[in-house]
Amino acid sequence: MTTPVAEVISVVCLIAVLGFAVVRPRGLPEGVGAVPAAILVVAVGALPLAVAWQEVQGLGPTVAFLAAILMLAHLCKEEGMFDAAGELMARRSRGRPTRLLGLVFVVASLTTAVLSLDATVVLLTPVVFATASRLGARPKPHVYATSHLANSASLLLPVSNLTNLLAMGAAGLSFVKFGALMALPWLVAIGIEYFVHRWWFAGDLSVVATPRDTGRRTPIPVFALVVVALTLAGFVVSSPLHIEPFWAALAGVLVLAAKRLLMDPPGRHRPELRELLAAANLWFLLFVLALGIIVKAVVDNGLAAAIGHLVPTGSDLVSLLLLAGLAAVLANLVNNLPAVLVLLPLVAPVGPAAVLAVLIGVNIGPNLTYVGSLATLLWRRILADHDHDTEIGEFTKLGLLTVPVSLIACTASLWVAVQLMGV
Amino acid sequence: MKVAGWIAAGTWPAVVEAMQRRPASDELVLVAVADESEGVPTGPLAGLMGRGRRAEATAAVDQLSRSAAQELLDQAVAALGRPCEAQLRTGFTEREVTAAAAAIDLLIVARDGDRTRLGPRSLGRHTRFVIDHAPCTVAVVWPGETPGLDSIPAPPPDR
Repeated sequence: MTTPVAEVISVVCLIAVLGFAVVRPRGLPEGVGAVPAAILVVAVGALPLAVAWQEVQGLGPTVAFLAAILMLAHLCKEEGMFDAAGELMARRSRGRPTRLLGLVFVVASLTTAVLSLDATVVLLTPVVFATASRLGARPKPHVYATSHLANSASLLLPVSNLTNLLAMGAAGLSFVKFGALMALPWLVAIGIEYFVHRWWFAGDLSVVATPRDTGRRTPIPVFALVVVALTLAGFVVSSPLHIEPFWAALAGVLVLAAKRLLMDPPGRHRPELRELLAAANLWFLLFVLALGIIVKAVVDNGLAAAIGHLVPTGSDLVSLLLLAGLAAVLANLVNNLPAVLVLLPLVAPVGPAAVLAVLIGVNIGPNLTYVGSLATLLWRRILADHDHDTEIGEFTKLGLLTVPVSLIACTASLWVAVQLMGV
Repeated sequence: MKVAGWIAAGTWPAVVEAMQRRPASDELVLVAVADESEGVPTGPLAGLMGRGRRAEATAAVDQLSRSAAQELLDQAVAALGRPCEAQLRTGFTEREVTAAAAAIDLLIVARDGDRTRLGPRSLGRHTRFVIDHAPCTVAVVWPGETPGLDSIPAPPPDR
């Protein structure tokens, strides 16, 4: 097959997969569209089987790690960690919405960094909403902050965001080095979000809260917290010991799951395991693998040659800013997942700093678009799918206030960190 | 006279207080709105490409905003301590409150904007809409302290 034909087939497959993921006919999982498309790409020869297999092997550890983190977050929720965090925030805020916002920032940033943005969006956001409304405060500033931090606070660690996991191999950085270089950009991103939220929601935050006591007391899940801390320590020591960090995550999952099974009444064992497997989200893992194969075909068959020269090849500040900007634009046009898969092979040869700049773009950029990308937004408007104009408008304005500033400030602080620590 | 009060987070005690002062002959209605667009934004959930969680998340969010509004309403009814009708409505806050005022003589709302800076922003977006469109008299009460006359800025020099 000639390369142009292969490229056309791959691009059509990619568009079809992304379209399927947005429209989700009959609510089918995104992987249902992606897996056959990936098989098709390989079957017609747009990507040699050996290359596809190599890609699967390359993505394997990442996907396994992702599954472990998703299960870990699920077990933390089951152990009552998020409910306990909600009650802690409610108590410590002493009925003052601004104090609550500060606590939400701390909890959401740490949750995102350690348990990934999925945990923050899916598990923490409802708890923050319930906490704010139980306090009698307006939930909006707190909930919007949580949604924003799921993206902007996902810079710190490789586990914080799937994009980071995908990039860790390309960057060739250890877990600790990654965290050390991204610590300053992470803090800068959170700081910018904090000041913008305080200012933008000044009216909502000035409301005096009228708490209602539900009388509930969730005990602090000490065991789960210790396991998560040890798992994190496992990530840190895994790279000098040359072990995949996946094993640390798996150990954390096994310990927590075993504890729950031992404490559960016998009738709960099967549902418990079923929920744990459901949390691993097999279709999502397959989606990531399939998307990786299709993007690989698109990049190899001509995209690399076509836009390769657009990608800055330096690690100076200007190049890093351009890279972060390019990544943010791409993440907003499609979605951050395909964006990072396309950009990684192009920037990996430039060096770790360039890869991290791309991550700043794809992680912070999505805050600009309400549903992850313009393509998704257009589609969902056509489908009239449960979105409100006021909500989209407010989200976009908040994104415009935070994203451009954060992109520049975070990339600049990444550059500073690289100058100070080297890569 | 039929008097309705809009029960919203943070500002409702002022509304309830104003309603307690109404004569016993008045018929009282408390209105709270479960507004999905004011609750948890569902967009970021949909932005998580590949996770396939949209439907369950959206349903959970709707449930959450309904139960939060219901709890708020219960709290207000208890605080009022007088017989009243409690209305939980679902939809866009400002439109539902305005619609609830259709068969009402007086609607009591609380100033809900940023009261630290008096001016256009001391009225929230929804209150603004309700004041403009409600088909009855609207009383705007102050939550907490009313401002003193010293809150008026100095007149412009050309006056």
